[in-house]
Amino acid sequence: MPIARRSILTGLGAALAMPAVMRHAALGADPIKVVGIHDASGGLDIYGKPMIACLDFAVAELNDAGGLLGRPVQLINYDPQSNIQLYTQFATEAATKDRAAVVHGGITSASREAIRPILHRYQTLYFYNTQYEGGVCDRNCFCTGSTPAQNVNKLVPYVMKTWGKKIYVVAADYNYGQITSKWITKYCHDGGGSIAAVDFFPLDVTDFGPAIQKIQAAKPDVVVSALVGGAHISFYRQWAAAGMKSRIPMASTTFGGGNESLVLSPEEGNGIVAAFSYFQEIDTPENKAFLQKFHAKLGSAAPYLGGELAMRTYVGFNLWAEGVRKAGSIDRMKVIEALETGITNEGPPGRTVIDGRTNHVTLNVYLAECADHGFKVLETYPQQPPADTAMVCNLVKDPNSNRQYVIDVKI
Amino acid sequence: MDLAVAVALQVLTGIATLLIISLGLAVIFGMMRVINLAHGEFLMLGAYAAILSARAGLNIWLAMLVVAPLAVGAIGVAVERLVIRRLYGRMLDTMLATWGLSLGFIGAVTMIFGNTVAGFSAPLGSVAIGGYRSSGYGLFLIGAACVLIAGVWAVLRFTPAGLIARGTMQNPEMAAALGVSPSRVYAIAFAVGAALSGLAGALIAPFSGVVPTMGTVYIAKAFITVITGGAAMLAGTLSASGLLGTVATLGTFATTPVLGEVAMLAVAIVLLRLLPEGITGRFFRRSL
Repeated sequence: MPIARRSILTGLGAALAMPAVMRHAALGADPIKVVGIHDASGGLDIYGKPMIACLDFAVAELNDAGGLLGRPVQLINYDPQSNIQLYTQFATEAATKDRAAVVHGGITSASREAIRPILHRYQTLYFYNTQYEGGVCDRNCFCTGSTPAQNVNKLVPYVMKTWGKKIYVVAADYNYGQITSKWITKYCHDGGGSIAAVDFFPLDVTDFGPAIQKIQAAKPDVVVSALVGGAHISFYRQWAAAGMKSRIPMASTTFGGGNESLVLSPEEGNGIVAAFSYFQEIDTPENKAFLQKFHAKLGSAAPYLGGELAMRTYVGFNLWAEGVRKAGSIDRMKVIEALETGITNEGPPGRTVIDGRTNHVTLNVYLAECADHGFKVLETYPQQPPADTAMVCNLVKDPNSNRQYVIDVKI
Repeated sequence: MDLAVAVALQVLTGIATLLIISLGLAVIFGMMRVINLAHGEFLMLGAYAAILSARAGLNIWLAMLVVAPLAVGAIGVAVERLVIRRLYGRMLDTMLATWGLSLGFIGAVTMIFGNTVAGFSAPLGSVAIGGYRSSGYGLFLIGAACVLIAGVWAVLRFTPAGLIARGTMQNPEMAAALGVSPSRVYAIAFAVGAALSGLAGALIAPFSGVVPTMGTVYIAKAFITVITGGAAMLAGTLSASGLLGTVATLGTFATTPVLGEVAMLAVAIVLLRLLPEGITGRFFRRSL
């Protein structure tokens, strides 16, 4: 009876396949894939590790609350090891292999400009959740961190009012440091101050001895640092070791973005002033509630959140999720249009609103002073718009823009 | 005037740093003509030895000045016995083998401690020079470089062990005929070179930061110093680090750290074009 045997085999095949089908059904639906690309090792891990922890936490929180559009969110984390080449490789993988609904990631501006064009070409939505030098004008890319009009514009007037008008700038030698030092120069000149000098240092420079002597020779009223990464922490060490801390005050656009305040001793770090759109120490009920949940979930593994990078990753993910909810779909264009209507997030750092003209955000900015491994918040500036990028970028008029504008300031 | 003194001090610190990071390499190269491409990793291991023992509660000075050279010296003995000993006289093979070792060390340390930057603050406070202030640790480095160079010179010049080492360096066959075992002399010399590198790594750790790949930053500078110095171990290292350290530091003052390094490399290239055997190929030929 060959026919009967065949039907038995078919039945058997179906029976064997059943568990696979049922397991699938039990999950609800296909997960929505989200890719994170952050340095978990190498010189930039001081920023990357807390960012990854916050992204993990945000995804877990969303899944615990039932996922997104009835589907679970699957997070795929890549570690580019502080290596730009790996960034481009992982961005391509995220777009082509994983077919991610959104990519969150990039820390340095160099890494962002490496992956942003790739994700633009592959039409994969991209969130860059780091404070940076401003000017990115790309409808596919949402920049949810603060920019110079928001942070440098508060920091420089503050130091000029508090300490004096002659500023010496030390900055990392790549697009972030180069462009940020121009903004520092601009706001310094706007306030009637002068720039003593601007020095740039490649990311692997560790010996700042000559630089410190040069600063002393220039006799500035204040030093503003835009130094980046683990190697540059030695600047603060050598500055303190040379006994300069008590003689020339210091402010920074980057200090505290990672774990700088933890790695340095209080004698080395205390008193350095920074401006970010978040500090772990800000005193609001939302922030307290968040920290309580965060620490309950991660226990002793919870990283210090310092300045804004990690928190912006949390807020950036939630802004994206809100956009998806509003669009009712993970289709890229629908989500972009939903986000551009001015999605708002009431998170731990206060209110964050997406500006649909620039795809940047309006946010609260805080000015704080490093104190005993943490920060003491000195000033709050609510709802600062991304005025710098808005001067050069209008995505409503020019929706196909795919570039970063650079401010033209003579140093 | 104060500025001149402050700059001079910084130049001396630059020279001392070059001297300290090159001395171990110079000993190994000068004695055995072994090009040790794992030199940078010996520095890195020394820095890790110091930082780990300091974290374990040991006095910072003991950790830097005693533990680091001993630990790396012991690693040097193992490396010599297992690898280098089989390759004496085969310069290309030793280069390949030590390069492999260097990659292995970086990989192993990355696996154990992670590819992340650790560090500790420089001990000693600051010193005032008129209106300028400088790190006291810089002065300590200058002192340490002087002590190291004087120590190696005194050992080679005045002790029986130094006599045997110099004899073996000049003519191993004759030394062997006189009852000295060159293989033992080489083993000890390699261990001493490794220990000096370990000490150097610990000494530069407070301002360089400690990371598995830190050796790659220093190995090029150390090699350029030793090659520019030429055949004489001490006079060569001393003269080359004096020249290159001055150029690099003054270049950094006048322009930027990048151009300072460029100036140093340019001087080294021009010098090697004019003096292919290094400074001591022409001057101080009979010195150590």
